Amino acid sequence: MGKLIAHNSNAGVIFCVYSLFFSVFLSAPLSLAKPFFSLSDQCPPSFSLNSDNQCQLRNLYQFYDSLQDRGLGGLKTALPEHRDGFSPQQIDLGRLLFFDPVLSGDKNLSCANCHNPALGFSDGMGRSVGAGGKVSQRSAPTLWNSAFLRVFFWDARANSLEEQAVGPLFSDHEMANTPQQLIANLSQVDAYPQLFSQAFPDSGDPLIIDNIATALSAFQSSLISLNSPYDRYAHGDANALSSAELEGLNVFRSFVARCSQCHTPPLFTNQQVAVIGTPEPTGLARDIGAAQTFNAERLRGGFKVPTLRNIARTAPYMHSGKFTTLRDAAEFYTKGRGHAVPEGETLLLHWHISDPKLTDTELDRLVDFMGALTDERFIPKIPDQVPSGLLNSKVNISLVTELGEN
Amino acid sequence: MNSKSKMVLAIIIFAGGWIIGSNNNIAPVITSSVGGASYGGGFQSDISVGAVPHRTTLGTVHIVNPGDSIQTAVATAQPGDTIQVMPGTYSETVYIDKDDIHLVGVIKQGNRATMDGLGKLNDAILYSGNNIIIENFRITRYKGNGIMGQAGNNFEIRNNVIVDTGIYGIFPQLGTNGLVEHNVVSGIEDAAIYIGMSDNIHVAYNEVFDSVAGIEIENSRHAIVEHNNAHHNTGGILAFVTPGLPIKTTEDVIIRNNFVLNNNTPNFGAPGSIVSGIPAGTGILVMAADDVIIEGNIISNNKTAGIIINDHSFATTITMDVESDPNSDRTMILDNVMLNNGYDTITEVTALALTELHTGLVDIVHVGPSNGSCIINRHRYRTLGIGNYGECDFTNTDSTDTYLLAGGAKPRTIDPEARGEIAYLGVCTGCHSYTGRLIGPSVKVIQAMYAGNPQGLADYINAPIKRRDNFPEMPAQNYLDTQTQLAVAKYMLQVDN
Repeated sequence: MGKLIAHNSNAGVIFCVYSLFFSVFLSAPLSLAKPFFSLSDQCPPSFSLNSDNQCQLRNLYQFYDSLQDRGLGGLKTALPEHRDGFSPQQIDLGRLLFFDPVLSGDKNLSCANCHNPALGFSDGMGRSVGAGGKVSQRSAPTLWNSAFLRVFFWDARANSLEEQAVGPLFSDHEMANTPQQLIANLSQVDAYPQLFSQAFPDSGDPLIIDNIATALSAFQSSLISLNSPYDRYAHGDANALSSAELEGLNVFRSFVARCSQCHTPPLFTNQQVAVIGTPEPTGLARDIGAAQTFNAERLRGGFKVPTLRNIARTAPYMHSGKFTTLRDAAEFYTKGRGHAVPEGETLLLHWHISDPKLTDTELDRLVDFMGALTDERFIPKIPDQVPSGLLNSKVNISLVTELGEN
Repeated sequence: MNSKSKMVLAIIIFAGGWIIGSNNNIAPVITSSVGGASYGGGFQSDISVGAVPHRTTLGTVHIVNPGDSIQTAVATAQPGDTIQVMPGTYSETVYIDKDDIHLVGVIKQGNRATMDGLGKLNDAILYSGNNIIIENFRITRYKGNGIMGQAGNNFEIRNNVIVDTGIYGIFPQLGTNGLVEHNVVSGIEDAAIYIGMSDNIHVAYNEVFDSVAGIEIENSRHAIVEHNNAHHNTGGILAFVTPGLPIKTTEDVIIRNNFVLNNNTPNFGAPGSIVSGIPAGTGILVMAADDVIIEGNIISNNKTAGIIINDHSFATTITMDVESDPNSDRTMILDNVMLNNGYDTITEVTALALTELHTGLVDIVHVGPSNGSCIINRHRYRTLGIGNYGECDFTNTDSTDTYLLAGGAKPRTIDPEARGEIAYLGVCTGCHSYTGRLIGPSVKVIQAMYAGNPQGLADYINAPIKRRDNFPEMPAQNYLDTQTQLAVAKYMLQVDN
């Protein structure tokens, strides 16, 4: 992993607290001793470096097969096809970019503002806040295991990590940058031209949008969460789940609750669009979701089924954060088909939205089980400082918290 | 079927202009289906005696008596074992998350091991393991499914009596190579036997009745449905594609030699379910499925039609899916005995009949586009919408006994060295970095301790003991087989970064 030579980990904590203090008052770069940046030549944990300098993902699900190679099934089932093969340098450059506010138009927001590693790579908000305090329409999805996805965004409008990565950069409601401005800003940071050359040695002009997208994709594809208690159970450790969690698993996969029909293991999403009819926050118009993407009224109010891995870390829930707790989110499914669809609204609800009449105990057990999908063991190292020297108060607060826990 | 979908169908029919002259004055093409060319387009498989490979060594037999828990026996059983459940009543959900378990009810003078969900429990039997046999049970009053498989390969579900369970009687999903035979299933709110997103399936000698759908082959490939008796359901036998599911096709299905009788039960499917749109009186329904052969069935007294072939626009209650082909292509109808079907049909069929100047009974109706479909001896039937069907260039499916895989679906094989790398990188590196402390001690420290002793390290991985006060206790990695444990130990001792 990339390292900031100037600091050991203890100094990192001090530095963060220090920078947090200053960030409240300063938005200009800190004038500390100029750090030296170099990119790691090692793959992140869980990846194997091959002779072509590519990081190849390894996980226990590679012991198994899946029907039609779609990566859906039960316990010992292969995962869907994944993205890997990026170089260690590209992954590490992606990490620096990810945490660097210089990527946004006003140099105030990094990717990590809305995809904070300390908050399950989400932001703890129902609807994320972008440049200039603009509240966006939807919540920030987790980035854990995005290497396995083939559709991106709640409304399924992107089909690759790269396509997804550039979306927020140039969205008015998110980072509000422009391609020209982004390239100009990165070029002005001492370290970046040289870091891009390191990561893209065959590129004549390495500092281009495509390479930014590649580096961000490389970093995102390294965020692997496959070592939860559930995973240990799946691989054969009968004692890995508590009796409450196991009870929850059986509710989860039962055909009464039917959770696993869409949140299908091992990724806990089938990556399809589903219309389930959750309510919008008070006063907000109906978000038509995938109906726009596919120009299809039948998909009105439809959203991509999200993964449930690390779901306990990413409250609030649903596309616009209507539900504060996992219990509330689970309860939605047992309050009756279409119970929250307002008068005059026509939605073609998914056939698995039924009326399962789950008991309170069953809902509690479902929450227990979803908690067993948490694994943040491969959380990446947050850079102590980013090449622009710009600070990101919110993410640094979280960093102090994280270090404090260890 | 609601009025909205009826209207849509009618519009499609008229817009499509299905005006095809009847061939009243031309001598029919009479084809003998005895002998002659056999279908050769389907999945090629060797003849196999079952779906679960035969055991070469016999494991332990666990006996479960009334008052005992079946699940306790499952928890104790090792792969290769058999669990025999004695006659009596058992109220529990049984889940089998391990391979090669035979769960066998013992029948004594007609008395079965009965699983009773009391109207409260969700599912009777769930399995996710491979090489599972479930047979001879009586299952009743569960709210979810009787027997449900999730991604288990090589399964046999046999000789079970399933009465009044909730959604599906028997529902293997996402599995390869399965046999469902000699079951009697009734009173099911969706499909009595539902093959979902699976490959290489054989459904035979079952009796399915008093359910919304009798047998349903959905988003599955290489399936044979034969010698079943599907009667008094809303729809008898269905082969279709449900859009919005992650596996998108239904292909290569043979429906042959079944009784499909009196499927006129009013639809009692749950609102919003796919089957809730099936009109009562449907014998066989093909929707958006490709390469379906219908042969040798006795199809009678189904009031809407004997065979309905249609596309997704038929059903307005289902979602849109750009990845799902909506048409039923290459439907192949060989000789069937069809009597008294379509005697009280739905308005869409009547409307279509009008365009073809047809009155009276309806054996076969095709709505929507179709490529490459064929039929033999069409003159025998009362048909609608099959004017573009050609003559099939074969007359039977005699050369295809089964689509089951000889010897079963094989597990993925990975050589031990690769298993070592996978387990090391996938699991160990979460807690051990090469240098420096992460959660556990560094790999370098471990290498120094176990130099030249991979077996010692493998033993530790299998059953760790707490050695360092300031480190958390390592969880046992005993779910990895011993070969993988040794491989990961060897791998860990030689890494150099």
